[in-house]
Amino acid sequence: MTALPPLPVAIPLAVAALLAGLNHFVKRRASSWIAIATTAINVWFCIQLLLQSIPNTIVYWFGGWQPRHGIALGISFVIDPIGAGLACIAGVLTLAALIFSSKYFDSVGTLFHVLMLVFLGAMCGFALTGDLFNLFVFFELMSAAAYALCGYKTEEPAPVQGALNFAVTNTVGCYFLLTGIGLVYARTGALNLAQIGRTLDQQPPGALVIVAFTFITCGFLVKTAATPFHFWLDDAHAVAPTPVCVLYSGIMVELGLYAVARVYWTVFSGCFSASTEALRGLFITIGTATALVGAGMCFGQRNLKRLLAFSTISHVGVMVIGFGLLTVNGLAGMAYYMLGHAGAKSGLFLCAGIVLHRCRSVDLFELKGRTARLPFTIAALICGAAALAGTPLSGVSLGDSMIHSAANRHAYGWITWISLASGVLTSAAIFRFAAYTFAGLGPDTPKSPEEPQKTEEHPETAPGDASTPAVMFVPAALLTFAGLFLAITPGLENVLVRAAQQFEDHSGYIRRVLDNVPAPMMAAPAIPHEEFAHGLLTLALAIGLSLLYLLWERGRHSLNAAAKAVQIIRRAHSGHVGDYVTWLTFGVAGFGLAALLLLR
Amino acid sequence: MKRKTRTRFFLVSASVLAAVFLLGVLGLPPLGHYRGPYGDVVNALTVPERHVTDAVTLVNFDVRGFDTLGEEYILFTSVMAVALLLRRQRDEPRRRHRDHAPGRKGVEASDAVRVVSLVLSGILVTFGIYVVTHGQLTPGGGFQGGVILATAPLLMYVAGEFENFRRAVPRQLVHIAEALGACGYGLIGLATMAAGGAFLQNTLPFGTTGSIVSGGTIPLIDLSVGLEVSGGLAVLLIVYMEETLEHKEE
Amino acid sequence: MSYLPYVIAAWIFLVGLYGLITSRHLVHLIICLSVIQSSTYVLLVAIGYRTGAAAPVFADIPPGTPAVDSVVQAVMLTDVVVEVTVVALLLAFAVQTHKRHGTVDPDQLRALRG
Repeated sequence: MTALPPLPVAIPLAVAALLAGLNHFVKRRASSWIAIATTAINVWFCIQLLLQSIPNTIVYWFGGWQPRHGIALGISFVIDPIGAGLACIAGVLTLAALIFSSKYFDSVGTLFHVLMLVFLGAMCGFALTGDLFNLFVFFELMSAAAYALCGYKTEEPAPVQGALNFAVTNTVGCYFLLTGIGLVYARTGALNLAQIGRTLDQQPPGALVIVAFTFITCGFLVKTAATPFHFWLDDAHAVAPTPVCVLYSGIMVELGLYAVARVYWTVFSGCFSASTEALRGLFITIGTATALVGAGMCFGQRNLKRLLAFSTISHVGVMVIGFGLLTVNGLAGMAYYMLGHAGAKSGLFLCAGIVLHRCRSVDLFELKGRTARLPFTIAALICGAAALAGTPLSGVSLGDSMIHSAANRHAYGWITWISLASGVLTSAAIFRFAAYTFAGLGPDTPKSPEEPQKTEEHPETAPGDASTPAVMFVPAALLTFAGLFLAITPGLENVLVRAAQQFEDHSGYIRRVLDNVPAPMMAAPAIPHEEFAHGLLTLALAIGLSLLYLLWERGRHSLNAAAKAVQIIRRAHSGHVGDYVTWLTFGVAGFGLAALLLLR
Repeated sequence: MKRKTRTRFFLVSASVLAAVFLLGVLGLPPLGHYRGPYGDVVNALTVPERHVTDAVTLVNFDVRGFDTLGEEYILFTSVMAVALLLRRQRDEPRRRHRDHAPGRKGVEASDAVRVVSLVLSGILVTFGIYVVTHGQLTPGGGFQGGVILATAPLLMYVAGEFENFRRAVPRQLVHIAEALGACGYGLIGLATMAAGGAFLQNTLPFGTTGSIVSGGTIPLIDLSVGLEVSGGLAVLLIVYMEETLEHKEE
Repeated sequence: MSYLPYVIAAWIFLVGLYGLITSRHLVHLIICLSVIQSSTYVLLVAIGYRTGAAAPVFADIPPGTPAVDSVVQAVMLTDVVVEVTVVALLLAFAVQTHKRHGTVDPDQLRALRG
């Protein structure tokens, strides 16, 4: 169907506008069903696009404006398997979130569904587009819907502050992005990604291109929540409604990284081809810092949602490393990791939502022993954490090993220790939560005064029945299962490697878009990947660390003493928006300085 | 961070950022020497191909019409979000709208303000409709005209009582108008697809240059966007005014 | 002289950032955000300018007359209107903050820490 590409964007947006207009005439149940149906249809569209894009990248020109004499006039959608795959994930996670929130969330009126549909449409547009300014427009649309959804629980003080921090930080990132786009436009006179790439290939880059690259990449890195742009994410997750957190962690930050990768490979990889080593170092530094900061902060959290947010930051760090290796296997590993992480993390957030619904809290110390009546939910929580640590068949584990093998080939073998630390600390924190709240293992009250203060978290739902409702548990279980057993999908590895090759094929992409020359099918190289030892080691260490903390007093004291060393990082997460923007400025300045010094 | 630390940290980073920014900016072509092909190609095809005279509107609603759809939805989402955030909470009692605080003599608008505002609001509505419908001929279009239309009721608020404003501009109506405008743009795109073209392809006859019916789908999209922008900004004004008035009574 | 608008755009951006960071009032902070956005307008419009050329409206000039770039102008004008609503959204956050925290000073907001 050649008419397919606009539909994943046009249909959700049109239905959202309709629902908004009929706001007062449509009951909440009806709007919930309409939203779920629209999302399901959207998923079907995206799957069709995915299947059609695997043999050859789909190119669709809006308004019928085909390129003339090699100059792209209109806006194009350039759909390759990775973009279409991310659009599918967006649809599936939105579907899960909508089903999860369909029955019990009070004050979830029609406007919630309108915002979710707009969010979905924007994410699909973002993943499918081939035009730089169109990318910016969907970035803004995605952000506007996200801010609104974050501040949804307006009755409490924390969500408003979290949403404000989120909005201000991301908006500043948006402005850096727009400035970068302006600079690139001045240089090339084009807004189409392929055309900009072709124009930039013709001359060696100067300071202008380097600075434009800095601004555009940093704008997207703010959305990706890479350090030092990540401060907004933990605030936003701690206060947003749980179904919305599923979307933030599962797909929104990943889309930021996708945009960094897309813009790099399509636009800048030609003109920066002489500086690949330097860029590799730069991105890997950012990824490492992100992974370590996220992991370090994660273990000290007492609010489950904030804990999961830092876990996301840490895993995003590993994904940035995967992309930052700038090779086919690194990118394929990143894609695999994203898939596994999306499943496991959304499952974890939905479990957190169930805990909040049944036990009316997600605070570690408040819930001691109280989740004993939620055995299946806690089991799902443990499975999700295990999937993130790297059980043999999980997506994260396989993605991890692909990233490691790519890293080894470029003398970055020490990355193994970074991803080990990330997996151990983040999963240990979740295991600790599970054991403490389910079985009551561990101390009663926080002994050390440096424990983080409690974030007020009011329940999102009306008090429910004596058992967990199926609409809540089934999506959680399914998503966790997907994350845990992703590797049994036959041939997924080869599909992803070929997709990564398609993604990184700079000149092939340009020729496909501007000259309508289909890219040649490339043979997927055989990837040697490591055995499952690394994943099992991470899992064992995570379980060990959590038990150490809970059961051994001396161990706990020494861990708390070690935590004092990261006190300075913890103090940086102050909740003050001025601090966050200062770190943002520091990040952009640092990136720009490094880029100007290193890139030729 | 303490305030002083933050400021110092920022000033250091900002000076590096300023240096980076300036190095980038000095690589731009000097002012007045726009080189790139995109604008020139679009300017050249404005009249011959689409029979419109305003290239900016052509870019907005035809060449890059899909972008404008996205921008329109950002406006729509933000207005929905404001309506959502400032919705009446369970702990806030319903209040009758009054224009001034009790015990405080309200400042009545003078007769001069009243007369001028009412006359001007009529002129503004006419002018707004003119700007919306003539978008493809002269500078204007749905966005600009929509904003002008939305300020007309605001003048009525300045002139008269809030209640008169509310009666003239019922919130339900503008809400539906806004949603219709937002939906309309997408529906036009889907309709052009159903007619066999691409999404948002300009498939209607282009008419004669300089007449109000020219440019194919552009006038239709102009109307839709004008409806949406004016409806959206009117909803914003109403929501904020309700908010402020309630506070005035506390 | 020929780079002045660009330098001014950079200056406005940095001044807006400074105002944002040292702000003591949320409304002031949000207005600083729109100051930063203004810098992007200056940059974009300056990029599209061509000396001695006309506006890209061919109602009274023959088609084919040299005109400035219409694409950046189109991009900018939709951005202006959209920015109004985004600022309105952020101001709604500020209003809600005042209601829930009793203050609009960012230094006083303490609900999220660590």
